[in-house]
Amino acid sequence: MWDKFEAAFITADRWKLYFGGLGVTLQISFFAGILGLLIGTVLALMKLSVRWNGKKTVFTVIANIYIDIIRGTPSVLQLMIMYFAIMANNNNKVLIAVLSFGINSGAYVAEIIRAGILAVDKGQTEAGHSLGLTRGQTMVHVVIPQAVKNVLPPIGNEFIVLLKETAIVGYVGLSDLTRIANQIASRTYEAFTPLIISAMIYFIIIKILTILLGKLERRLRQSDNR
Amino acid sequence: MIIVKNLCKKFENDIFVLKGISYHIKTGEKIVVVGPSGSGKSTFLRCLNLLERPTEGEIWFEGRQISGPGTDRKKTDIRLVRMRMGMVFQNFHLFNNLTVMDNITLAPIKTGLMNKTEASENALRLLERVGLKEKANVYPSRLSGGQKQRIAIVRSLAMNPRVMLFDEPTSALDPEMVGEVLDVMKDLAESGMTMAVVTHEMGFAREVGTKVLFMDDGNIVEENTPAEFFGNPQSARLKEFLSKVL
Repeated sequence: MWDKFEAAFITADRWKLYFGGLGVTLQISFFAGILGLLIGTVLALMKLSVRWNGKKTVFTVIANIYIDIIRGTPSVLQLMIMYFAIMANNNNKVLIAVLSFGINSGAYVAEIIRAGILAVDKGQTEAGHSLGLTRGQTMVHVVIPQAVKNVLPPIGNEFIVLLKETAIVGYVGLSDLTRIANQIASRTYEAFTPLIISAMIYFIIIKILTILLGKLERRLRQSDNR
Repeated sequence: MIIVKNLCKKFENDIFVLKGISYHIKTGEKIVVVGPSGSGKSTFLRCLNLLERPTEGEIWFEGRQISGPGTDRKKTDIRLVRMRMGMVFQNFHLFNNLTVMDNITLAPIKTGLMNKTEASENALRLLERVGLKEKANVYPSRLSGGQKQRIAIVRSLAMNPRVMLFDEPTSALDPEMVGEVLDVMKDLAESGMTMAVVTHEMGFAREVGTKVLFMDDGNIVEENTPAEFFGNPQSARLKEFLSKVL
């Protein structure tokens, strides 16, 4: 038991490899998460834009096509298309992964944010309009601050999914936490220990994230009872 | 001040809510609109500040046409109209994420009507008038229904409107809180504000209204001074309605 652990973690400073892999995983997740949030917010606002007569705008149509395509294809394929075709001339693999996952996550985040905005009582918007505020002002000062509270739990969930989804970057040759485990296994001829070590690191990171999100959510909820 | 000509509103599901309303609200008048639910009274009020888009007819506000054929939707600045027409809703619709003070000062500041200091001073003065000065830094969730509605009225007044529209302002309140809101409205009426009030409070209609309108099925069926309206109703439909509510 100890021998296996020693071979998988300590010999030849292998623990450094795990943390290197973790670094790659976190780097991609973090930046892709931010990109996804930005894209998702823009898409959600595009989807919610309506003309004065209640008809769809061209923005809504574009956003719908984007979301359809991204949700309708596997993220591994999106990553490979990005790596082997669209950005074939670029050798910054981390950047490619960030773009690919950010674009992917944006489609899901868009629906979360849209639902969060729609969940804010329509009366809040009407009250804003009735006072002479523009649609934009009403959105920024009244609706979005209330929507943030609604979307925090599902956004946190989406980020956790994203963090685990990055485990597929091995397909384009990036050494993330998952691939490192595989590489170590091929050197020690023993798969179970390095895979379990990786799994445990993922678990701990996500556990920490969950606790932080819970704290943030509780803090935001406090304004309900002030 | 507000002239409405042949106002029609049809919703997308082909339900006609307003079937050609014509009316002239003059400066200083207090118009009270009563009628059974579904008669279109709220929609009528919501058309005046264009929260609902009329499908036909014209609306004029302070000598300018704001809706109907001949108006360019892009040129008519709805915001300017709404800045001068306050509206109070049945369910208050205070901004939940803002304190009472911020609720009141948000619009005057963001529309450029006042700077921050002016807006706060104005807000405190108005809060004092409705007896809620000590609630300035409280969030709406900590207020009773009556307090919320009084603050919603203050929030509209903070824009210095020319007209105030009230859409069933006491219908969502506990009976014991109706009085405090009506008192604020009476006070406002005495100060000379032009008001249009949709309500089920017949006492208020009789006491404060200069004209009472009875709406049924998308039309104004009867219109009269409060004394005549309640004392000598003409149409059978109004007689029936009054016999039920009085």
